[in-house]
Amino acid sequence: MNQTHELITELADKHGRRRENLLPILQGVVEKENYLSDYSMIEIARALDIPAAEVYGTATFYSFLEYKPMGEFVIRICKTITCSMKGKNQILLTIKDMLKIGVGETTPDKKFSLLETNCLGWCHKAPAMLINNEMFTELSPERVREILSEFMKRPAQ
Amino acid sequence: MSTTYNLKRADFIFRNENDWEKILNRTLQRDKQELINELISSELKGRGGAGFPTGLKWKLTSEAPADQKYVICNADEGEPGTFKDREILSMVPFKVLSAMAICGYIVGASKGYIYLRGEYRFLKTDLEKAIAEFDYYCKEIKFDFHIEIFMGSGAYICGEETALFESMEGKRGEPRNKPPFPSFVGYMGKPTVINNVETLAHTYTIFKHGAKKFYDLGVQFSRGTKLFSVSGDTPKPGIYELELGMSLQDFVDEFGDGDTKAVQVGGASGFLVPRKRFGETAIGFKGKLTGISLPTGGSMMLFNSSRSMFKVLDNYLEFFREESCGQCTPCRVGCQQLLIGIKAVKQGIKPASYLDNLLKLTETMQLTAKCGLGQSVANSFSSIVENFREEMIY
Repeated sequence: MNQTHELITELADKHGRRRENLLPILQGVVEKENYLSDYSMIEIARALDIPAAEVYGTATFYSFLEYKPMGEFVIRICKTITCSMKGKNQILLTIKDMLKIGVGETTPDKKFSLLETNCLGWCHKAPAMLINNEMFTELSPERVREILSEFMKRPAQ
Repeated sequence: MSTTYNLKRADFIFRNENDWEKILNRTLQRDKQELINELISSELKGRGGAGFPTGLKWKLTSEAPADQKYVICNADEGEPGTFKDREILSMVPFKVLSAMAICGYIVGASKGYIYLRGEYRFLKTDLEKAIAEFDYYCKEIKFDFHIEIFMGSGAYICGEETALFESMEGKRGEPRNKPPFPSFVGYMGKPTVINNVETLAHTYTIFKHGAKKFYDLGVQFSRGTKLFSVSGDTPKPGIYELELGMSLQDFVDEFGDGDTKAVQVGGASGFLVPRKRFGETAIGFKGKLTGISLPTGGSMMLFNSSRSMFKVLDNYLEFFREESCGQCTPCRVGCQQLLIGIKAVKQGIKPASYLDNLLKLTETMQLTAKCGLGQSVANSFSSIVENFREEMIY
């Protein structure tokens, strides 16, 4: 847990310790640890000298700030209207079949988490998904298989 | 009054930005009042969807007394079916940055922020490079203006301007009461100009070519061009710059697949127009146009006859239920109840007349919700339920 403490100190030094620096710090922790643990939220509250409830309240408002343990690669599939019309369900089935997890779950090796998300802004190239910060569009079940196989080969960090 | 309703393509936004240094330098030499007047005379209205006159917005902020003011570029493009802002920021970022600097010069702000949605994180590196280059040039011409990127974290409501300020201040993205308006009390309680990415790109066009060139395009009350994000059942999805004021029929003739049943104008918070109304609907801001005139943030989604309008509405309502910030009761409970309600009618648990109760609920939401999200649920809900009632029931 000391690592988390160091990370938060580092982020607070970089961004500042005022309330308006909270979001960048939360984002920094999620980037490194994939999610916000209770411990990290309490540590952030301490660093910024604000109530932990405020940190929790803010963090849980945003859909990209996860507060449950997440895998190394978070897959977010767009479920809004155009993607949904253009075959999002087949994409979702393919991923579920490959990873053997459902929406909201993480693989046992902690490598992948599967989530649905609202409009990613790629309606003209639907269906679309986001893996961490990488964008994949015009998906087909075949292409998704290729993409995921490639991610599976990536070594754990 | 102009009667040109036809589809007219234009190419301003994505046309070369290589001369941004010249344009910026030239504009910064001009008188502030003169620039505001030019912007007002162009009749540019906000391109995010709400359509507030941009010139007036800048004027109000320029007149607000304060030691610190801000310019914010709203790149929290979350409306379903909209994707033009991402394209602007990746293709012609210097137009937006220059426009922000010019705005800063006019209103007296030395700090600008780009609020970039979390979903567009992959743009950040390139945008930062552009900002660094821009900063360097500003230093060279001794103009004091700095731009920073503020990343969002996946919340549709943060595109609402006051929710965006709350988010930047490190809080939950819950909209504030208006008034006071951002022009006087914005980010950190200071006067703030907040504009959509596309609006800023248009101001660049206006300062480059003059207000007249912009004003001559479009129709009365809806001047200039607009980027349209076209998606759904169309053979050519993508981003198109068109003059405002065209009829929806012409739009469908151009972009439809020959079997277009309805078009959603303005995203999930906009209106659904059925085939029989294409001819009488014009795309632009409310004015004295004959027929109906619909504003849009640029989202145009086409549906052909293979699509179930129930599924479309169900998808929208699920979107709103998840994205409602939960602060005010009409929106928080209303969105949930609408979703439960249409499902109950579809399954036969509730009678068809229950749809009328739901329509009344959306009216209440329109009147009592705190911000645009809750108020605009009524738009898509009533336009879908009234035009495709049988699809909701059977």
